[in-house]
Amino acid sequence: MSPAPEPRPSARQIAADEAAARALARSPRAAFRHGMVQSLPFLVVIVPFAVLFGVVATEAGLNLAQVMGFSVLVLAGASQFTAVQLLSDHAPAIIVILSGLAVNLRMAMYSASLLPWLRDAAPRHKAWVAYTLIDQSYALSIQHYEQHPRLSVAQRLAYFGGTAVVLCLPWMVATWAGATVGQAIPEEIALDFAMPITFLAMIAPMLRTPAHLAACFVAIAAALLLAGLPSGLGLLIAAPLGMATGALVEWRSETREARDARIGH
Amino acid sequence: MPASATEIWTVILVLGIGTYLIRWSFLGALGSRDLPGWVMRMLRYTPVAVLPALVAPLVVWPEATGGSADPARMAAAAATVAVGVLTRNVMLAILAGGGTLAALLYLL
Repeated sequence: MSPAPEPRPSARQIAADEAAARALARSPRAAFRHGMVQSLPFLVVIVPFAVLFGVVATEAGLNLAQVMGFSVLVLAGASQFTAVQLLSDHAPAIIVILSGLAVNLRMAMYSASLLPWLRDAAPRHKAWVAYTLIDQSYALSIQHYEQHPRLSVAQRLAYFGGTAVVLCLPWMVATWAGATVGQAIPEEIALDFAMPITFLAMIAPMLRTPAHLAACFVAIAAALLLAGLPSGLGLLIAAPLGMATGALVEWRSETREARDARIGH
Repeated sequence: MPASATEIWTVILVLGIGTYLIRWSFLGALGSRDLPGWVMRMLRYTPVAVLPALVAPLVVWPEATGGSADPARMAAAAATVAVGVLTRNVMLAILAGGGTLAALLYLL
């Protein structure tokens, strides 16, 4: 009497198990390197974006120290462009600051979603994670943590550190390069429109649900209607209107689904 | 730049500190306290609301043309969004928008 054969695992399952075993076996140093390697493709977007910021901010009249001040102390591309745009638009400092912070509010969501994975990290580690928490380091790390839920806190921190080094240092260096070579760019190149194009390109792939579309549409309509207000003020009204619309549409579609599910059973 | 150096440095420092506090918020201070569901729901839509609201007036009334509508910039914005939605690739969308703008500015 032979024992029943074990169900044979699929090739894909074997590959996933091997990847999981490799991830768990990594020393923190190896996890750091792994994070660095996986961040490299993102440099294709980050480096040109940072160069562009250096160029645009210099053309707007900021000196090198101020340009670098933005990229080192703020370290958040979209809000840096927003601030420079509004500053050259004569907006008062308080409006510039509030708009820049509004652009960065999404990072509170990143912070909340990393917490379950890094809860046991020492405060000094949480402090540098917070400093280097940008869109790309968040996206890579949360994906890695969810894929390999049994990693130790040390492995998680090391992976995050790898992404942070590869993503944040080039941001600063490329900003410096842009600010230094910026003056050499000929006038004919329509740099005024580089920022709008970059932002639209970042947004378009996110428009994947009716709620995202509604949020975007209401924000645009309100921004255009309020364009006559003192500079920057329209944005501070239009953006929350869009956010509330998105939340409302999401809530309505969820309650509808819940009701349909109840009726279905 | 119409702003004074003091004003610019104030923006840099306050925006830097504020942004850091936003990033640190849950990891550092709020801990495991749960935010109400509607707050998380609204945070999810910050990028798709804030960035288009910032860009829309710049597309419709570009500074470079003194605020009058410009077909080249409108077309470039449309091309960027279209390629971005279809390919979900940020780099391709930027190239499409930049290429459209360069080509139309050259032709028109």
